[in-house]
Amino acid sequence: MHQLLQQIFSGLAAGAIYASLALALVMIYRATDLVNFAQGEMAMFSTYIAWTLVNAGLPFWAAFVLTLAVSFLGGMTIERVLIRPVENAPVLAAVVVTIGLLLIFNALAGWIFTYTLQEFPSPFPDRTMFGALMTTRDLGVIGVTLVMLLLLFAFFRFTATGLAMRAAAQNPESARLCGIPVGRMLAIGWGLAAAIGATAGIMVAPVLFLDPNMMGGVLLYAFAGALLGGITSPVGAVVGGLIVGVTENLVGTYLIASQLKLTVALGLIILVLVFRPNGLFGTAIVRRV
Amino acid sequence: MAPILELRAVKAFYGQSEVLHGIDVAVEDGGMSVLLGANGAGKTTTLRAISGMVRSEGEIHFAGQRLERRSTEAIAGLGVAHVPEGRGTMTGLTVEENLRLGAYTRAGRPDAAMQRMYGYFPILGQRRRQQAGALSGGEQQMLAIARALMMSPRLLILDEPSFGLAPRIVEDIFAIVERIRREQHVAVLLVEQNAALALELADQAYLLETGYVVMSGPAKTLADDPQIRRSYLGY
Amino acid sequence: MSKGLAAVLPQDAAAARYGGLDAGAWRWIGALALIALAAALPFAVSNYHVFELTLVMIYAIAVLGLNILTGYNGQISLGHGGFFAAGAYTAAILMHRYGVPYWATLPPAGLVCFALGVLFGLPALRFEGPYLALVTLAMAVATPQLLKYFDTWTGGQQGINLAKVQPPPGLGIDRDRWLYLVVLVVLLLAMRVAANMLHGRTGRAFVAIRDHPIAAAAMGIDVARYKTLAFGTSTSLTGIAGALSAIVIGFVAPESFSLFLSLSFLVGSAVGGIATISGAIVGGLFIEFVPNLANDISDAAPWAIYGLAMLLLMYAMPRGVAGSFGLLLQRFQSRRATLEEGHQDYKGRMP
Repeated sequence: MHQLLQQIFSGLAAGAIYASLALALVMIYRATDLVNFAQGEMAMFSTYIAWTLVNAGLPFWAAFVLTLAVSFLGGMTIERVLIRPVENAPVLAAVVVTIGLLLIFNALAGWIFTYTLQEFPSPFPDRTMFGALMTTRDLGVIGVTLVMLLLLFAFFRFTATGLAMRAAAQNPESARLCGIPVGRMLAIGWGLAAAIGATAGIMVAPVLFLDPNMMGGVLLYAFAGALLGGITSPVGAVVGGLIVGVTENLVGTYLIASQLKLTVALGLIILVLVFRPNGLFGTAIVRRV
Repeated sequence: MAPILELRAVKAFYGQSEVLHGIDVAVEDGGMSVLLGANGAGKTTTLRAISGMVRSEGEIHFAGQRLERRSTEAIAGLGVAHVPEGRGTMTGLTVEENLRLGAYTRAGRPDAAMQRMYGYFPILGQRRRQQAGALSGGEQQMLAIARALMMSPRLLILDEPSFGLAPRIVEDIFAIVERIRREQHVAVLLVEQNAALALELADQAYLLETGYVVMSGPAKTLADDPQIRRSYLGY
Repeated sequence: MSKGLAAVLPQDAAAARYGGLDAGAWRWIGALALIALAAALPFAVSNYHVFELTLVMIYAIAVLGLNILTGYNGQISLGHGGFFAAGAYTAAILMHRYGVPYWATLPPAGLVCFALGVLFGLPALRFEGPYLALVTLAMAVATPQLLKYFDTWTGGQQGINLAKVQPPPGLGIDRDRWLYLVVLVVLLLAMRVAANMLHGRTGRAFVAIRDHPIAAAAMGIDVARYKTLAFGTSTSLTGIAGALSAIVIGFVAPESFSLFLSLSFLVGSAVGGIATISGAIVGGLFIEFVPNLANDISDAAPWAIYGLAMLLLMYAMPRGVAGSFGLLLQRFQSRRATLEEGHQDYKGRMP
């Protein structure tokens, strides 16, 4: 029982990271009908930036904030410069562009920072709490994720820009008629997604060790989590990510050794999707005839 | 009075096809002009050309500015509030949020303007926290107009506001629009299939057919024209 | 803001005449010339280039399979590497364990992969867009792991080494060139079969389902049947390509059939033109040669160059090479028709 609770809790911590990345994916999908396959690699690259800053002597949280700012600007720039040319092209072209970005970021990171595994500092002391039920690190990760989610929720709910972004995602033409610069809203969306991804990367790096291939598996689980929750639902992304984290942990501990863990976890998720083809919270894509 | 909106020799294109062949339309400052015509005549296309939503040629003058080659959002920012076909309400947002959206281009807090809208459309005040998608057709039309008015526009463009609505609601809506026009001094460009009602309210009228303006003049004159009466007014 | 996988279908031959022959006749002449060129090519280049070109054709067959499913029928697949692997291992196991001659492994590989595709396609009916992407992605990820797991059949991590194929005696050509010709024949057959299917009733049903599934169903098209058929046909072709790859390379191992292979097929499809047949060849060329070129340009970060190539190609030709040419051809032909028929101006009544 104790082990079960332990695994559930550490699964929640992993799930918090999947949830973050899943949220980034959902944000971009709602705005552009596009799954950004490069989200993981962008997050990895941001994490390297944070690592560079920390190595240069900056205190952790200063490096964290600075990295978020840089990632935000980077995400905006990528949308404006690299994604905009294919915004009105067939969806597949945009998908290929994101796959291309994935490769570029991965290769650039390997070239600039080498493929050696690096240690990444954690801001949270590594202690266990509540009778070895959970670690402070896990609690810290969940805490940071929670704060980030609350800030995002407040932003979208209570600010004019947040409202404009929601409108731009729902009905871009109508939003333009209200004077909303939809293009800029898209760019901000990509910027936010990049910042969220950076947070996820920085949280996971102490555990997985920093290397260019760090986020590959994370992206896969995040993608699965986003779909499990419903690709159009931010709440679903968070719930889905958490479920995937716990499932992955439990499968790995009780069912099968690490090699097939991924396959089995994905299989379970797909099984759920068979019964709920639009995810747990997703809305069916309404078709107009 | 100089017209606040003037189209001169405007052509519009969908892809390679030319669908408007050089039309002239004007709206007086604070006045109301109506575009009449059958389906496919080019009425909605004209409105879309004004808002920069289709490729066009020719001159579009608005309040001393030229609108051609400006983006839709820039044109909205200049004071053109366009309520499109199908209303364009954000069904996933609440009534209140829809109104707030209208105020995006205006500085300052929107609360006073929102209260004014609830004054014109009490039902919106009652339903302010409901999802816009849950509103009836007539209520959504009111919401769409209210949202447009939140922009403090100098020109209000209405594309078939009576579409799919019961006659009683249509009368109510037009009464409110007329009241707003006088009180707020907003010019109105109206596209309507309901010719009788439109010609009663408007100053100027234009009849479009397959992309040409085939008749234009004071609304009263067109209302008395025997051809119009036979084809569009039913008697 | 929803965009479908809309792309241009190859235009039917116009009735216009060019230099005494109609477009259809010119097409035949062009096609025969290309085939003759392709058949003669291996005898003009080195062994290694012959091997590379053979791989190009194998990838082209695989990409053609993907085009049928994703381009013509609109069902995205990020997992075709898995079906490629299934075909490859079917052929390898048949040859290695049961001594089946190489040419006889193609039909079973095709059938096995057809069955797999139908098996996959049935539950896939419930999924659309990104959901289908995930399901196929899971397959791609699972493939190397499953191959390693069932090692009694697959030889596990080590894979299976195959005996070298011998060309038929008396023809006087070597192994590489013989296999090139074999693959060429299979490619031409595949293209012919695909063309017949896609330009006929089945193809029209596929496209109708892709673009307007509700309307298609309303018109009486059995959507489930055609979607499953598309899946099976697609995976069968890609599986045959996989079998050919086992024969030509002489070796199969789980590492060769990773997620990257599936992504490469998709990228090759997009670069060539997802809803085209000839685009598959462009896709094959891209998959085989661009990584090497990228390595020549920068051996520090070759995949960055590869990714950059993908981006630039999508900016320049979002519908792929064949897709863009198809579009240009359509415009050219419609303009021609306009000039010939004359342009009618309609003037409305004036008061």
